[in-house]
Amino acid sequence: MGLTKKDFTLLIIVAVLCLFAPFILNPFPEGSAMAQFNAGYPDLMQRLVIFGIFAIGFNILFGLTGYLSFGHAAFLGVGSYAAIWMMKLLTMNVIPAIIVSVAVAGLFSLLVGWISLRRSGIYFSILTLAFAQMSYSLAYSVLTPITGGETGLQPKYTDPRILDGDLPPGETPRANLFGLDMKDSTQITMGDWVFTFNAGYYVAAVVMLVAFYVSIRIFRSPFGMMLRAVKSNQQRLNYTGLNSKPYTLAAFVISGMYAGLAGGLLVAMDTQVGAERMFWTASGEVVLMTILGGAGTLIGPVLGAGFIKYFENIISKINESILHQWFAFMPDGIEDFLVSMVYPFIGKGWHLTLGIVFMLVVIFLPGGLVEGGQRVARLFKRRKPSSDKPDGKTTPAE
Amino acid sequence: MGILEVKNVGKRFGGLQALGDVNLSIAENTVHAIIGPNGAGKSTLLNCLVGKLIPDTGSVMFDGKSVLGRKPYEINQMGISRVFQTPEIFADLSVMENMMIPCFAKRDGAFQMNAIATIPSQRDVIASAEQMLEDMNMADKRHMHAGSLSRGDKRRLEIGMCLSQEPRLLLLDEPTAGMARADTNNTIDLLKQISEERDITIAIIEHDMHVVFSLAERITVLAQGTPLVEDTPDRIKGNPKVREAYLGETQDAA
Ligand SMILES: Nc1ncnc2c1ncn2[C@@H]1O[C@H](COP(=O)(O)OP(=O)(O)OP(=O)(O)O)[C@@H](O)[C@H]1O
Ligand SMILES: [Mg+2]
Repeated sequence: MGLTKKDFTLLIIVAVLCLFAPFILNPFPEGSAMAQFNAGYPDLMQRLVIFGIFAIGFNILFGLTGYLSFGHAAFLGVGSYAAIWMMKLLTMNVIPAIIVSVAVAGLFSLLVGWISLRRSGIYFSILTLAFAQMSYSLAYSVLTPITGGETGLQPKYTDPRILDGDLPPGETPRANLFGLDMKDSTQITMGDWVFTFNAGYYVAAVVMLVAFYVSIRIFRSPFGMMLRAVKSNQQRLNYTGLNSKPYTLAAFVISGMYAGLAGGLLVAMDTQVGAERMFWTASGEVVLMTILGGAGTLIGPVLGAGFIKYFENIISKINESILHQWFAFMPDGIEDFLVSMVYPFIGKGWHLTLGIVFMLVVIFLPGGLVEGGQRVARLFKRRKPSSDKPDGKTTPAE
Repeated sequence: MGILEVKNVGKRFGGLQALGDVNLSIAENTVHAIIGPNGAGKSTLLNCLVGKLIPDTGSVMFDGKSVLGRKPYEINQMGISRVFQTPEIFADLSVMENMMIPCFAKRDGAFQMNAIATIPSQRDVIASAEQMLEDMNMADKRHMHAGSLSRGDKRRLEIGMCLSQEPRLLLLDEPTAGMARADTNNTIDLLKQISEERDITIAIIEHDMHVVFSLAERITVLAQGTPLVEDTPDRIKGNPKVREAYLGETQDAA
């Protein structure tokens, strides 16, 4: 497959994790106090891999070239709208929806990138942010006939859908892959544990694995090396006879297409879209995911996306009564005190927690979770008497 | 007609006339040194040749074509490579990768969407990059981070990167500054060998007179933005005007 042994191992590990995610993410028996930390339900698992795709693509731009876009949610949103229109006009099969979402996001990012890449550094970031906010406003107001404005869009019974036959009356249109309903789930009960296997999740996971494989190939290609050269010293690149503009534009469009793919998949899993998907906080989130996981590393963005989406779900579900349960063994006064201390960080306070975690990571682990993992691995290596090879330190972009 | 023709070039920075009225002709396949005291405008002149600066007045012709108004990468693709006064390398990449990039630029031109191929499959590029590392005596450092090299090694790497493009005109801005004596001598030997074996024209700015007199066939002395004299090394050595303006001080210092 054109991968080194190390990269191939990484791909296999990710594939195995994806395959067994319904088990791995559901370690606690149903009904136990810890069950709220389970993440093995379809909706969340789908989000984990879809935002993984979004972050993998973002990393091709930001991690390799160093160009920090603050507007990538626009491409995700455009992809979502394109997908839903395919479902309205053509078919509820997800394949055309996903292909068109990638294509449309690619074209849109070509336009945005072509203009924004006239500047670099903070000016580039501001330009992309401006484009994304413009897209958001347009989707919200002027473009209401195409975007559904405030209410957003959903496939309806009355849509033309020229490739599909007529639905039985009253039936809601459901996204499918050649008849396989994306919402199809099988549950396996093992003692107190319940594991859910969802069709949509596995479709999204396969797409994510392909996207991950493509990103590894890009990282290891001559093109990827040029992108790293852009980040390292653009001046040297230009005085070496290389035109950095088409390189950065290509990276921008590729990452825009990944965002569109993520947007299309979101629609394939949950057939609705609203303009808030393009809001600047959504663009900021993918930046956080990439940096938190480790920008410029292969696996970092996937870890970052998983980390943020997992804790967003879990922490925002915890409420005051759950806290009281946890601290119930304490004397009353201390219990109330602890609850009031922790309370601001849970539920709606999730963003506060995320902010603190992000600050800690940027300050103490500038390489993100990947660097954290490497440090731990090195600790273990040092314990062993075997000689510590300096190998790998010299090859950037692990 | 030389391969490089600089006519009436002037450049002003605010109130400072960095280049007055520079005329310079560099003959093909020669080594031409440009010397002069600090702030004479030597680097500014090079900047005008490679598209980093656009001169206020005058013209710059390379091989009969004007370079003015062209982008740096276009000028490089015309056949002009430059080593900078402070080393410009890809500090985050390995030494080998640094050497491969100019080889790609030479083979594929200014842009190539080569996202499917793997790097190990680029045998021709790897071979020429390895050959160049060999020539620069840096083969043992190929896996090192370029940013962690010593100053002298960074400079040798940059020279190698420029040479691997096989430019027709090589511009060197103080290439041996920061190098140990042995490396300086190696560099002199390498440049000598290259200028004899290849069709290459070299313009070198240098404060180290040992380097200048070992290599140069012609010398231009620049002072306060204007060429003072241009002559052969022997005649420059004996020129009292030059001794006064420049040579005396540096030879004492050396
Ligand atoms: N971009 C710039 N903006 C303003 N002034 C500049 C700029 N570049 C150079 N100068 C000024 O122009 C003059 C010539 O500088 P230049 O770097 O060409 O000298 P030099 O001959 O290369 O000197 P050195 O031997 O120290 O490298 C100096 O006074 C310098 O301060
Ligand atoms: Mg200078």
